[in-house]
Amino acid sequence: MFSVKRQLNKIGVLGINRRNAEFTLKYNSRNRYPLVDDKLLTKKLAQKAGIAVPKLYGVIETEYQVRQLDAVIQSHTDFAIKPSRGSGGNGILVIAGRSRDMYRKVDGVLLTREEIGYYVSNIISGIYSLGGQPDKALIEYRVQFDPVFETISHQGVPDIRVIVFLGVPVMSMVRLPTRMSGGKANLHQGALGAGIDMATGTTLSAVWRNTIVNEHPDNGNPVAGVKIPSWNTLLKIAAQCNELTGLGYVGVDLVLDKDKGPLLLEINARPGLNIQIANRAGLLPRLQFVEQHKQELSNIEDRIAFSKQHFRA
Amino acid sequence: MTKRHLTYLTLVLVFIGLAVFLYKAVVLDFPLVSRARSDIWHIEAHLSFVSGKDPIKVSMHIPRNSRQFALVNENFISRGYGVNVATEDGKRRVHWSIRSVKGAQNLYYRASVRRMNRDVLIQRPEKSGLKEPEFNGAYREASETLVSEARAKSADVEGIVLELLRHFNAPQPDDNVTLLLGKKASVQKKVDLTVQLLALAGIHARSVHGIRLEDQKRNAPMFHWLEVYDQKQWLSYDPLTAKPGISEDYLAWWRGMEPLVLSQGVKSPLVNLSIARSEMPAVQAALETGELKKPFLLNFSLLSLPVETQAVYHVILLVPVGVFLLVILRNVIGIRTFGTFMPVLIALAFRETHLLWGVIFFTALIAIGLVIRLYLAHLKLLVVPRLAAVLIVVIGLMALFSILTHKLGLERGLSVALFPMVILTMTIERMSVVWEELGALETLKQGAWSLAAAMLAYVVMTIGYLEHLVSVFPELLLLLLAATLWLGRYTGLRLLELPRFKSMTEIKSDV
Repeated sequence: MFSVKRQLNKIGVLGINRRNAEFTLKYNSRNRYPLVDDKLLTKKLAQKAGIAVPKLYGVIETEYQVRQLDAVIQSHTDFAIKPSRGSGGNGILVIAGRSRDMYRKVDGVLLTREEIGYYVSNIISGIYSLGGQPDKALIEYRVQFDPVFETISHQGVPDIRVIVFLGVPVMSMVRLPTRMSGGKANLHQGALGAGIDMATGTTLSAVWRNTIVNEHPDNGNPVAGVKIPSWNTLLKIAAQCNELTGLGYVGVDLVLDKDKGPLLLEINARPGLNIQIANRAGLLPRLQFVEQHKQELSNIEDRIAFSKQHFRA
Repeated sequence: MTKRHLTYLTLVLVFIGLAVFLYKAVVLDFPLVSRARSDIWHIEAHLSFVSGKDPIKVSMHIPRNSRQFALVNENFISRGYGVNVATEDGKRRVHWSIRSVKGAQNLYYRASVRRMNRDVLIQRPEKSGLKEPEFNGAYREASETLVSEARAKSADVEGIVLELLRHFNAPQPDDNVTLLLGKKASVQKKVDLTVQLLALAGIHARSVHGIRLEDQKRNAPMFHWLEVYDQKQWLSYDPLTAKPGISEDYLAWWRGMEPLVLSQGVKSPLVNLSIARSEMPAVQAALETGELKKPFLLNFSLLSLPVETQAVYHVILLVPVGVFLLVILRNVIGIRTFGTFMPVLIALAFRETHLLWGVIFFTALIAIGLVIRLYLAHLKLLVVPRLAAVLIVVIGLMALFSILTHKLGLERGLSVALFPMVILTMTIERMSVVWEELGALETLKQGAWSLAAAMLAYVVMTIGYLEHLVSVFPELLLLLLAATLWLGRYTGLRLLELPRFKSMTEIKSDV
């Protein structure tokens, strides 16, 4: 057991304690958290900075407004409902289409108008929010993901997570939903996480439930060696997020839409640590390297170049 | 910078904690281990009542020096009241009076008693002191029959007393006894009747009311027994076992048939007795004899608090220990529990229910609550009313549990009421959300971890030695605080992160 610990320390695996004590607590000031904890605020902030986000169809803030839900969703055949303060991708309902007066989820299950209304009320009363505070439900554009991921994801939308530290993209992965994860891009729930070579934007081998795999468990298609389109644009969006939020250490969640290109989904002030398993590399050496060179990195081009040069796989 | 600051703070805390601890342990000779049998006890009577409009007069019996016990350090805490202690017929009473006062009142009588053995001159009770009971008709006849029966079946005073007590305790008492005592008579009533019947037989007897010296008793019960004058001394009889002699642990509070408290102008008077073992006989003894000036530390220690409050703090002071344990479990080992400190609160409840019953009650409550919560999910209720509904159901279940277990004769079941119900409700809610989000397996896993943490906290928090240490040396909490602060900067990998990241060690990293 101690030898495992020694090896992990040698690789530079970042644990929760160290992430909290030396990165999130040190570089993320508390008063900036609301900007990222509330997705509606993040969205507005990003739009102001010219970053593309999924289009917002409507916001439901009070129980009374739930009755007006129809007005928002009537004109759209497909959409996504998200809690504004949700965490870890929980509480997201994606409607892919309609059957008569019913709404069809991605997995084919049909919901009535009442069930959607109840779902929205639950979001408002804070069931998915951190600490159970009252929340808002966002109804927004349903992302049509880029065909590059067609063969290696099941139902849901694959998203790209980039850890950005002091403006430098440090590590990234793409999370691919599986049958087991029920279409959710959450590694805890069985989604596949594939590391990405920062220099080229090509996927590396993936991790699935703590084991390393090279094929998608549902269909056997290879997950490594997929070149992610618009990689530079993705890095550029991610690299802006520290300035945008005033937080020094964030996880940026991006998605590739087949029509609209890279979109910013959300920013996380306490990004998870599984990304290290997906990349089979520790975060700590990279973070410390950025800390040492932070003075030299003034503009965004420098920072991206720095990342590509030093954090190749 | 922060690191150095933290180091200094930790060192200062450790230094103060250790210094006070050593001073108390070495110089003041506070005991490091709990003494099995103490010679000094603190007793306290807390008299509470609500004042009326009229002037108030309250009097209460208080103990007096006896053959086995000497009273030292008596205190009357009663702001604004006139206090007067009077002794009549060998009975001591404290009289409190005040002309006008408003609202709820609290009066305290506090004393330390020292166990000793000495000779006390026993006065022969006067013949006129013998009061024959004023029984008439059937009552008179029944009591005379009982006395003469007892006299016929015995040879001496002791024989009569024991015969009478046996009569009263018979599983099927005869008609005479039932007539005089009624059904299901209290011990006090039996004792009083024995005294009256003995008077009929010309024997001096009196009822005694007292407490049992046991450690950390709040709401200590009053015990009743009998004293009979025989062979030039007062001999005690236990009315329950109908045997001569009582345990030395009993301290007589007062004698006679009068109630403990007599009052005028007050509403709902209530007496609460507390008993605590003195943990520092050496200091206490030195203080009493004036060898030692009362140290400053002692004036500001928990020992200066009312005994009743001290008993509460004995438990409260264990909470930091449990909390510290949880810090280790969560930040060093890395287990996940429902609610940060929920296991500590559950462990506190376990202290009352004991482990096995506690685990059974807890599991049952959570399981039933969860089923109900999952059922309520179908009704599509809003969150706050739903939480309220679950809370109401949880309380109902707790009551039901208590009733059921009481009917089954399992007294432990009554203590289920001590479970923190709001915490239980929140736990049920959290569990059901995790259930919906991450599935049953994850829920059960976290639930099992929480229960395991609670059990571990219980085990640690019931270590008698630990309880003794933190209550006699609360400054040790400063050391605990220092350790907690230090753990607050622990940045190493958590134990459970090792298996999580283990797969990464199988390949070489190239950064």
